[in-house]
Amino acid sequence: MTAVTLTVNGAERSLEVEPRTLLVHALRDELRLTGTNVGCDSSSCGACTVLVDGQSAKSCTMFAVQADGADITTIEGVADADGTLHPMQQAFHEHHALQCGYCTPGMVMAAISLVEEYPGLDEHGVRHGLEGNLCRCTGYQNIVDAVLAAAGSGGD
Amino acid sequence: MTITEEAPAGHIGARRLRKEDPALLTGESKFIDDLALPGAIWVGVVRSTEAHANIVGIDGSAALAIDGVNEVLSGEDLALLWGEGALPCAWPVTGDMKTPTHLPVARSTAKYVGDAVAVVLADSRYAAADGAAAVVVDYEPLPAVVEIEDAVADGAPLVHPDLESNECYTWGLWGDNAPAVDAAFAEAAHVVSERYLQQRLIPAPMEPRGCAAVPSPAGGELTLYSATQIPHILKVMTAVVLGIPENKLRVVAPSVGGGFGCKLNVYAEEILCSALAMQRGAPVRWTEGRAEAAVSTIQGRGQVQHIELAADADGKVQAVRVKLLADMGAYLQLVTPGVPLLGGFLYHGCYDIGLYLFECTSVFTNRTPTDAYRGAGRPEATYAIERAMDSLAVSVGVSPEEIRARNFIAADAFPYESSAGLTFDSGDYQVVLDKAVALAGVAGRRAEAAQRRAAGSSKRIGVGFSSYVEMCGLAPSRVLASLAYGAGGWEAATVRVSPTCKVQVVTGSTPHGQGHETCWSMIVADKLGVDPDDVEILHSDTAVSPTGLDTYGSRSLAVGGTAVYMATDKVIDKARAIAAHQLEASEDDLEFSGGVFRVRGTPEAEVPLAGIAFAAFTAHDLPDGMEPNLEAHVTYDPPNFTFPNGTHIAVVEVDTDTGNVDLIDYVAVDDCGVQINPLIVEGQVHGGILQGAAQALYEDAVYNSDGQLVSANLGDYLVPSAAEAPRYRLDSHATPSPTNPMGVKGVGEAGTIAAAPAVINAVVDALRDLGVTDVDMPASPQTVWRAIADAQGGAS
Repeated sequence: MTAVTLTVNGAERSLEVEPRTLLVHALRDELRLTGTNVGCDSSSCGACTVLVDGQSAKSCTMFAVQADGADITTIEGVADADGTLHPMQQAFHEHHALQCGYCTPGMVMAAISLVEEYPGLDEHGVRHGLEGNLCRCTGYQNIVDAVLAAAGSGGD
Repeated sequence: MTITEEAPAGHIGARRLRKEDPALLTGESKFIDDLALPGAIWVGVVRSTEAHANIVGIDGSAALAIDGVNEVLSGEDLALLWGEGALPCAWPVTGDMKTPTHLPVARSTAKYVGDAVAVVLADSRYAAADGAAAVVVDYEPLPAVVEIEDAVADGAPLVHPDLESNECYTWGLWGDNAPAVDAAFAEAAHVVSERYLQQRLIPAPMEPRGCAAVPSPAGGELTLYSATQIPHILKVMTAVVLGIPENKLRVVAPSVGGGFGCKLNVYAEEILCSALAMQRGAPVRWTEGRAEAAVSTIQGRGQVQHIELAADADGKVQAVRVKLLADMGAYLQLVTPGVPLLGGFLYHGCYDIGLYLFECTSVFTNRTPTDAYRGAGRPEATYAIERAMDSLAVSVGVSPEEIRARNFIAADAFPYESSAGLTFDSGDYQVVLDKAVALAGVAGRRAEAAQRRAAGSSKRIGVGFSSYVEMCGLAPSRVLASLAYGAGGWEAATVRVSPTCKVQVVTGSTPHGQGHETCWSMIVADKLGVDPDDVEILHSDTAVSPTGLDTYGSRSLAVGGTAVYMATDKVIDKARAIAAHQLEASEDDLEFSGGVFRVRGTPEAEVPLAGIAFAAFTAHDLPDGMEPNLEAHVTYDPPNFTFPNGTHIAVVEVDTDTGNVDLIDYVAVDDCGVQINPLIVEGQVHGGILQGAAQALYEDAVYNSDGQLVSANLGDYLVPSAAEAPRYRLDSHATPSPTNPMGVKGVGEAGTIAAAPAVINAVVDALRDLGVTDVDMPASPQTVWRAIADAQGGAS
């Protein structure tokens, strides 16, 4: 077992993991932050997307030990402490951008990172920027509109 | 049915945001793998790597050497747990249907790649996976049947030698029609004869399956948590298979991350975990991996379709004749045999065709079992008739919209008795098509296509139509009986008004993304005059909602929602009696609106529902003989199916140099009857369209000749992303269904049913002047390029 220290949603957490433990399983099974989901085993679906030092990362594609010392934000950490949703979460709600909700945490985290990294995105940019995150329910249109709205780039 | 005064126009029809969202958006919702179960035994399933093989030996020594792996159990070892108990098939469609014994873990022979052959019990998720990978199974390979048509070839290897044939059943709708159909074909001015392939599809909800069985610490009771669409049916079936008294079993579906039909089943792992948990007295859990899901969860479609149309000189179709070969896979899961039947009533599509012959032969192959996948039989039927209608249009020399117009069931023909024996409820198919043509700007698109052809452009434009009708709201129980389905089609609801006038609704319908909580709240709130946020919806737990038949077949609103509507009416009836008692008025003189009972003509004489709810609770002054509390239960068995319909138009750009297809516009006009929440309707249509378009363009469960699935993960099995998805442009037209009091029809499968033929018809339209008349699904660049090359004389 290896000792790892992560800052997760603003709080420092120390844990002992096997070197091969995936970051997503450390978050889910060790820290009980189960909002981050696992949807595949080939880094294809993006359900496990979190922010590592502010950038989106598929947490099934990182070992927890690789994240030692990193600042991690999961879906549990993006709303305000008083429960006010993050603007991206609120946009997803207002645009009916989720149905079953399983891809949603990863999609929201990827979208937060995307709009931060690329200001002024248009629809094409959002669609290609999110192509690493799969959704089986929505057909994506409402997700795209939500992200555009949250980015302040239009969308209806 | 009870007639009550309607509340003022309120929530129904509003684009109300979902109450389900906040918990899902913040990660608070608990999916199956999120459940904390300290001390749980983790199950790893060892799956056959052979399509057909005798299991000669199972060596667990390497697995047992792994830290945390505690046991390796073969099918033989596990047989003690379930004896002769086998996984259930609830739909024996014919009296002579062949049903192989389907053990949760195979004992002597593996019948498909993915078939469970042994089980590892471990202390952790990782140990279970490591252990399953380390078990060495000695196989003696046997000849395998992989493709559908090979299964019925002379001398084909048998999937189940004890059944003496690969033919599972033959079912048809033929009556005494055959001579008349033959005559129609003999006299026809135009005959269309087509063969289409429905490739196998992997349902791929974003959440794979999983389950956890937890025995009560006090003993004697078991709770089965499962990522399932059908907790109620699963409870009955688990009790039957394992001989657990049903009253000692509780099934809970936590948040479920999509189903699309593949979680409408009773799976080996659910039985396995339940049996082990009972035996060990400890929680037992299993979570499916994605590549595992590709072979261990049912697949969809898998048919070879032959459709023939006989039409007169004007293109009016006189007869349709259909022969199907349907792939059951290696075993029959819960409703496997019935899927082709659900399409079997609809191969005449939305057209008034008087003569109908349908025959389906279903076969076993050495592949993962098939079963219901979004649309279940109806997308297949719609594909065949809509492709064939386009061929007929070419033969007659008219446009796709004209051939449809000449054949539509007329708006004044409803209720319409179909030649397949159904009574279609309502519709105006021509108005729907006209709206779609206008919205899509078909004339402009065709002009653009002609310009590009004239200019010799390699970027061709194609416009494709699909007009569909589906049977939803499954289903009248007696009709299901006539089809030999093993259960009814009713749905249950309870509505309770608490002493403080908050409302609790218990529904037997089980959501997994559809938004039941939001919609049921809107229905009840409108009727009772309360705020939707004051209506709580309880579901998906057999301890809370003891009766129900769950969610599939676009039945939730039309059946489950109607039950909620009717239970609310019963509550209002009881409240009215109490109000009349309190106001010393006749019930007939009371009106109820906005949550207040008033005496007609005496507006100051009124009592709010809140007062009645409290009076029903205290029971101090109720009418003589009335039971306390304000609560009502309804079990609603629908008198008929509902028949949503619509026309979808796809516009594609096909690159004739590369074969690439881009979906550049998609228009859908759907008639799902009255819409409770258009926001949710549109979301269902969007997602449905993309799932249908994905069958047309991307998705294919590809098997090699050895029966190995070579598209088992999401890198190879192309679930589309936002980058591939088009922007959908929607309109609607409502002909309220007379089948139920709200006039609703259902919309969960509409998009998927309509989309595939619209897209392929568009691809063929783009390439028709090059001689292309058919393109197989999925229309990948390679397939399209080859179709063009073949049509141009085999240049390759």
